[in-house]
Amino acid sequence: MKKIRCALIGSGNIGTDLIYKIQRSEVLEPVWMVGIDPESEGLARAREMGLKTTAEGVDGLLPHVLEDNIQIAFDATSAYVHAENSRKLNALGVLMIDLTPAAIGPLCVPPVNLRQHADKLEMNVNMISCAGQATIPVVHAVSRIQSVGYAEIVASLASKSIGPGTRANLDEFTYTTSNAIEKVGGARKGKALAIINPAEPPMIMRNTISCLTDDEPDQERITASILEMIGEVQKYVPGYRLVNGPLFDGNKVAVFMEVAGLGDYLPTYAGNLDIMTAAATRTAEMFAEEILKGTIQLPAPEVA
Amino acid sequence: MSESNSLKGRKVILHDMCLRDGMHAKREQISIEQMVKVATALDASGVPYIQVTHGAGLGGNSLQHGFAPHSNEEYISAVAAQMKQAKVSVLLIPGLGTMKELQSAYDCGARSVHVATHCTEADTSPQHIAFARKLGMDTSGFLMMAHLNDPAGIAKQGKLMESYGAQTVYVTDSAGYMLPEDVKARIGALREVLNPETEIGFHGHHNLGMGIANSIAAIEAGASRIDGSAAGLGAGAGNTPLEVFAAVCERMGIETGVDLFKLMDVAEDIIVPMMEHVVRVDRESLTLGYAGVYSTFLLHSKRASERFGVPARDILVELGRKKMIGGQEDMILDTAMTMAKERGLLKSA
Repeated sequence: MKKIRCALIGSGNIGTDLIYKIQRSEVLEPVWMVGIDPESEGLARAREMGLKTTAEGVDGLLPHVLEDNIQIAFDATSAYVHAENSRKLNALGVLMIDLTPAAIGPLCVPPVNLRQHADKLEMNVNMISCAGQATIPVVHAVSRIQSVGYAEIVASLASKSIGPGTRANLDEFTYTTSNAIEKVGGARKGKALAIINPAEPPMIMRNTISCLTDDEPDQERITASILEMIGEVQKYVPGYRLVNGPLFDGNKVAVFMEVAGLGDYLPTYAGNLDIMTAAATRTAEMFAEEILKGTIQLPAPEVA
Repeated sequence: MSESNSLKGRKVILHDMCLRDGMHAKREQISIEQMVKVATALDASGVPYIQVTHGAGLGGNSLQHGFAPHSNEEYISAVAAQMKQAKVSVLLIPGLGTMKELQSAYDCGARSVHVATHCTEADTSPQHIAFARKLGMDTSGFLMMAHLNDPAGIAKQGKLMESYGAQTVYVTDSAGYMLPEDVKARIGALREVLNPETEIGFHGHHNLGMGIANSIAAIEAGASRIDGSAAGLGAGAGNTPLEVFAAVCERMGIETGVDLFKLMDVAEDIIVPMMEHVVRVDRESLTLGYAGVYSTFLLHSKRASERFGVPARDILVELGRKKMIGGQEDMILDTAMTMAKERGLLKSA
C-alpha cells in the first residue's frame, strides 16, 4: 500500500521515538531526520534506521521536499524555532504536526477533537504537551457530562525522560498545557503542574486529574464516561491505565492515572514520550488516510 | 577554645519563613491582617528578609496544595507596603510557578526570590533565575531535598544555578533529614566550586531537632544566609526556630543584626497563639526526618490517614520508599488508596 512520506525535525528523545512509531504505521513512512549537530547521536541513530539526515536544520531539508515527495512533517524542536519551520514547510505544501509548545495551530488531542481537524484540513496542528495528551481526555470525559469550572492536572515525570529543551523552557510547557485544559478539555479554568522526579529506578509517568464540577457530580455517569475515554486512549497508548479513583469529594472528581510506554526508544517508564509520539502519529495517520483516499488534498507548493 | 569561637564576628543574613513555610502548618489559612502584623513585628526586630505567600510559593493556590484565602499578590502588596527595612521575598518552584507570576510578585513589591528545584533538577530553573536577575531581584537558587544528592552532585547543581545568574545557592533540607556532617559536606563542596562572591545559604527543618545545629554547621562550612522561622512555624516539625538561632548566634559572636528580645516577643506573643497545632517533633514529623520525606507531606498524610484508615506513619514511610519528592502531594492520596486496597479497607475499582 502506498504510504505518505514524512520528515522528522529534531533528533532528540521525541524525534527518535517517532521513528519507531512511524515505521510501524501502515500509512506513514519516515524518510528524513533533521538535526542541527552533525555529531548528534540522534542523527546517527536515524541513519542506522535507514533515514536520510541533514544537520543543517530545516533549510537542509527544503531542497529535498519536492523530489522526495514529503507531505507531512513532525516538529520536535522548540517553541522558538517552530513558527519559522512551519512557515517554510507549509509553503511547500507540507502539513505540519507540531510537538513543541508553540501552539500556533489548533490544539489536538486525538480522542477529543482529531476528527474536526481532519475535516478542516488544518496545515498546522499542535500536540500540546505530554501532560496535556495524558490528562485532557479525562477532563473532557468529565466536562462532556457536566460543566467543569476548574480542572487541574499534576504530571510526575521521570527525570531521565525529560530532555534539555523541555527543561530549559518549563514555563512554555505550563502555559500551553493550562490553556489546552480549557480550550480542548472544556474546563472554564485550567492549571497544569509538572514535577520531575529523579528516583532510581525511574518512576513511571503519573498523572492526577482533578475537576471541580459546578453542580454535584453525577458519579455513575462521570465514572462511565471516564472509563470509556480511557479505552479510547488505550487504542493508541496501551499502557494508559487507571490506578485509583475516580474519587469524589464534594464537587471534586479526582482520577489517578499512570502511563507506561512501549519501550521503543526510552524504557517503559517514559510513558510521557509515548503518549506524545503516539498521539502525533495517530493524528498524522488520520490525515494520511484522507490524503490517500483523495478526500483531502494538500495545497500545491508556492513557487519560490 | 573550640572552633565555635572561630565564628566570632561572622556576619549572617537571616531570612524568615514563617509567613510562607508557616502557611503549610496553617493549612494555608493565614489572613492578610495576621501576615501584616507578623511581618511588621519582624521588620521592627531587624529581620532583613521576610518570605511571604502561599506555602508552595508563586502559583501555589491549587487543589494540589490548597487555596489560601487571598491571592499571592494581595499578601505581597499588603506586607511590602508596611516594610521599613526588610525586603519581601517569594518562593518560585518551576513547574508550578511561572515568570508571569514572578513579574506580578515583583510589581507588588517582592524584591528577593528563592528559585527552587529538586536537588538534581537545577536545569529546570535557567529562565526563572535569569528573569529574576533581569528584574533586579536578590536571586537565590534553592536546592530542595538536598539529602538526596551527594556533595559532589550538589556542587554541580549549584554551579549550574550560579551560571544562570543565582547570587546565592541554598542547601535545602526539606525533609529535616540531614545531620551536621551532611550539611558541612554539601556546603563545603559548594564553597569549593562557586565564585567567591556567590553566597551560600542553608534552609533547615527541625524534624530531627537539628535545625540550629545544622545551621551552625552550615556557617562553619561557609554559609552566610540562614533561613529560619519565628517560633519555628513551618512544615513538618517546623523550620529552624529563628529566635533560638539568633540567641545561639549572639552567644557565639555571630552577627545577625536582629534584636533578639524583640524577635523572642514576636515568636511568643504573636506566632505561638496563631498555631493550630503545636509545631514540634511528634511521631509523624519525626517520621519525616527519619525517613527523609518532604516536610509538607505531614498534614496531607494525616488527612489521608483519617479518610482511608491507613496510619499516617505507614503512608509516610511508603512515600519515602517510593522516593516521592516535593510537589507530589497527589501521590499521598494515591498511595493511601493503594495501601487501603491492599489491606482490604477499600474496594478495588
